[in-house]
Parts: sequence; structure tokens; C-alpha cells
Amino acid sequence: MKILVGISKAPDTTTKIKFTNDNKEFDESGVQYIVNPYDEWYALVRGIEVKEAQGGSVTTITVGKEDVDPIIRKALAVGADDAVRIDSEPKDAYHVASQIANYAKENDYDMVLLGKETINYNGSQVGGMVAEIMDLPYISNASKMDLDGNKATIVRDIQGGKETLEVETPFVLSAAKGMAEQRIPNMRGIMAARSKKLEVVEPVDAEELTEVVSYALPPEKGDVKLVDPENVEELVELLHKEAKVI
Amino acid sequence: MAVLAFVDTQEGKISKSSYEVVSYAAKVADKEGGEAVAITYGDVDNGDLEALGKYGAKKVLVNKSVTNMLPTKLAKLTAAAAEQEGADIIVFAQDFTGKSVAPILSAKLKAGLVSGAVDYPDTSDGFVVKKNVFSGKAFAMYKVNTEKKVISILPNSVGKEEVGGTAQVEEFSADLGDSRITVTNVEKANTDGGIPLTEADLVVSAGRGLKGPENWGMIEEFAKNLGAATACSRPVSDVGWRPHHEHVGQTGIAIRPNLYIAVGISGAIQHLAGVNGSKVIVVINTDPEAPFFKAADYGIVGDAFEVVPKLNKAIEAFQAEN
Repeated sequence: MKILVGISKAPDTTTKIKFTNDNKEFDESGVQYIVNPYDEWYALVRGIEVKEAQGGSVTTITVGKEDVDPIIRKALAVGADDAVRIDSEPKDAYHVASQIANYAKENDYDMVLLGKETINYNGSQVGGMVAEIMDLPYISNASKMDLDGNKATIVRDIQGGKETLEVETPFVLSAAKGMAEQRIPNMRGIMAARSKKLEVVEPVDAEELTEVVSYALPPEKGDVKLVDPENVEELVELLHKEAKVI
Repeated sequence: MAVLAFVDTQEGKISKSSYEVVSYAAKVADKEGGEAVAITYGDVDNGDLEALGKYGAKKVLVNKSVTNMLPTKLAKLTAAAAEQEGADIIVFAQDFTGKSVAPILSAKLKAGLVSGAVDYPDTSDGFVVKKNVFSGKAFAMYKVNTEKKVISILPNSVGKEEVGGTAQVEEFSADLGDSRITVTNVEKANTDGGIPLTEADLVVSAGRGLKGPENWGMIEEFAKNLGAATACSRPVSDVGWRPHHEHVGQTGIAIRPNLYIAVGISGAIQHLAGVNGSKVIVVINTDPEAPFFKAADYGIVGDAFEVVPKLNKAIEAFQAEN
């Protein structure tokens, strides 16, 4: 199996979110970046498992400038064979999807795996867009994938339950919890990642359909109202009369 | 011009968030000068479809021959409906169906997509929609620069409004092509007859503070009495005390109920990311320094094993009176 995995940069999950330049930009000062967890834990690891079981290759693809290289090295340390970086700022989901779709089309992959969403934009957009641009089947929010030759049996989350489906390669899949378990790179993996190939590719012209004009933080929560554990009836009263949720 | 509302169904029943989608589309249509039209599929009762008029739909297009949720087909169906109705704005719910269909439709129509919208479009300077980013820790204003636009709204964020009326129902068919995907099985979420977590207005959640899976009986009983769904924190699902589908948080599922009661959960930032859209948060924890209290509306500092049974009794008494 020749597998392409989309890897995106995301701020560490413990990051305190702040904005700068009149709330027009994300404040990167002091921010630790990680591989977007859904891309790494589920899409990348499942891709590596498939390769380990039946041979083939795992290539990662990232749209970004040089600052994403450490993130790409991390994905290589986890076990990807090589990496491609499309040398452009990621502008919007359609722009990113166009870059990935174009590269994937030219290089003939059996599957394109991505995380179900990034933890910074929470869009869940790129996977479906890549599939549509490439005219491939799209399996969203997949939690399990088994392969038998070129036939995949996949379980995905749907509204109100789970759906099991069969599809032949090639396809595009977005991965969710359950697909694989996180792998912590070992020292050998980290050393090997330094010498793995990271190809930098020029972007293609692609439209941007949307742009972020500004950011805002949610209003501060007021202080918590504490209720005496000996008087839980007061909580029921507050939920009924004040909060009006029961 | 029309605003198209994508109405999702499961087993012939209209999903809860679809009423919000219709209501949202109707409000946008009012503002933009047009009508709200719904597109839906599945074996739905015509009376249920006419009743979408209550939330502002003037017309409902239904394709009863499409019964599964394959995203490519649903995107084609929606694109055909948008073309017939001359709809430039198409509204989804940002649930599993919306997340799979809206991006395909967006790429197909080259229509800018705002996913996870939490407010109505602001058209004072272009077309700008506020959406959730950083897993609920912030908002971003997204400007859509294309003539056609797709918006998927976060469930339980804008609400729905009854305006009265009955929708006209029309059968609708379109060339949906052949699917390269074969669905072999559909399994309803195992909620033991309870309420699916993503649909629940009230949620009772518990974490490591409960000390072991054998102690969940009181949580389940309390949730049942309250009419709530049950959820849990990540460590608890990781060690197998509770099923994975109950895990709420950054890497599990994000929920936006009216009431979220957290028992014995410290409130790590990753957990908060999955629940910070809740309208009201109640935290019960022995540790007064638990970070969750800072995100809570109401709190009880106390031992879950004493507080929960008491609270359960208080809820029973309250329900007997009301």
C-alpha cells in the first residue's frame, strides 16, 4: 500500500490561547507546537501499521513554510518513511485541500489519510474537499479500518451510531479515536528521522474561499457559586429557578 | 433567492439539530430577502416534513429513495436542490453528517464553508460568520469571499424559534451516480435505552474520582432519574472503566448540552475543550482547588459518594413536585 498522510501543525493542547495585532493574529509567543493529535495518533499510526503488516510506504504531506519542519520530523520519528512539504502558508481549508489533492493525484496513492479535524481550526473540512477534488470516495470520522487486498472494511461514526462499509482503494479517509493508539517515538526513531527525505514542493495556484478577519476570546466566566454539600436541595433549586435548565 | 437547509434524518426521524438548521436558514432568508427551503432524504412521514414550516421552511424537498448517509450522494442531492432553488446559502448542522457532507459540497460548488458557526452572518462588511476555534477556547470571524456559501452551525448554539406555518412538501430526485462505497451494517449507538450523548440536553459525567468502574451505578441511576445521558473523562475510558463513546474532551467528542454535571473530574484543559460549550456547568469534587471550579457555574466541594446519592434524592423530590 502506498499511503499519504496529511500532517498539520497545532498548538499544544495545554496552550493558553491569546491574540495579538488588534485580535487579528494568533499570539505565538511561548506556544509549543505539536503534530495535530488526530493526524498523528490516528491517521499516521494506522498508516504505519498497515505498512508494517503488508509492506508499502507512508509519506506525510504538510502545507506550510519552514517553521513546520520540526513537526514533520516528529511524524518521521513516529515511523513515516519520507515527507513532502508544500512550500506555502496554509491559507484556508480549500487552499490546503487543493495542494494535497494535486500532489496526491500526481503520485498515485492507494489511500490518503487525515485526522478528522485540527484542534486549532476544528473545521473537519480538508478531508472531504480532497476527496471531492480528486473524485474519490470519502470516509469521514473512521474509527476502524481493516484491509484485505485492495478492499477495506471501515467503521465510521455517523449520527446516532456507527456504520460499517466496504470500499476499494483508492479512497480518502479522516481518522477518529479508535483507529490506532498513540506511538511515542523512541531514540532510534528520532535519530533516523533526521536523515529521512523531506521534499519541498512548490505550491500550485489555488483559490481561497474564506479568510479569518479577526479572533475573539469567550467572555470570562463569573465566579462559581458554591453550594453546601449538606444542602444539595439548594443546587436543584438554583438549576430550576436561576439557570432554568431543569 | 433561497436559503437551503439540509435536514438530516435517521430511520425516518428528523434529527434534533435539523430544527435549528431550518430556523437559522429562515432567519438568514428573512434578512437576505428570500425563502427558506429544506432538502432531506429517507423514509420520513410527510406530516413531520410539513411541520418544518413551524420553524420557517416554506418548502421541503424530499428524496425518499436515499436511505443511507453516504456523504458523496448527499452532497450531490444537496447541490441539485440548491441549483433548482437558486440557493446561494446552504446551511448544515456541524454533526457527523454535516462534517462529512458540507466539505464535499463546498469543494463541488467552490462555495466557502464556515464550519462550526455559532452566530448569524454579519453582512455589514462582506459576509462574516463567527465560528468556534481552538476547540472552544476562542472564536474566529470568517469572511466568505465566494458568491455561494455553506455554513454548518454548532448544535445548541443559536437555538431555534417557532414562527408558525406549514411547509409544502415536494418529492425531489436527482442523478446521484453510483456509489463506490457499500454499507454493510449500521449499528445504533449502544446507550442501553438511554439518551445518545450528542443529542442530550442534560449530561452527567464522571472521572477518576469515582475510583473504579463498579462505582458507576449511582451515576447511571442519577442520570436516569434526571433524564440525562452519561459521559466520562479520558483517563476513565482509556483504562476501560467506561466505553470510548462516552469520552468527552479534546480527543473524544465535544458536546454542548444545556447542563453538564461533572463528578470527580479535575477539569484538565483538554477535558474542558470538549464541554466548554455547555450552557451551565456543575462541578462536584473533593478538591476545592480542582481547576474545573474555575469553569463552573455551580459547584459542590464534597465527596461524590455522599453528594451524588443526596442529589439523586433531591432530584426525585423535585420531580415529584413538578
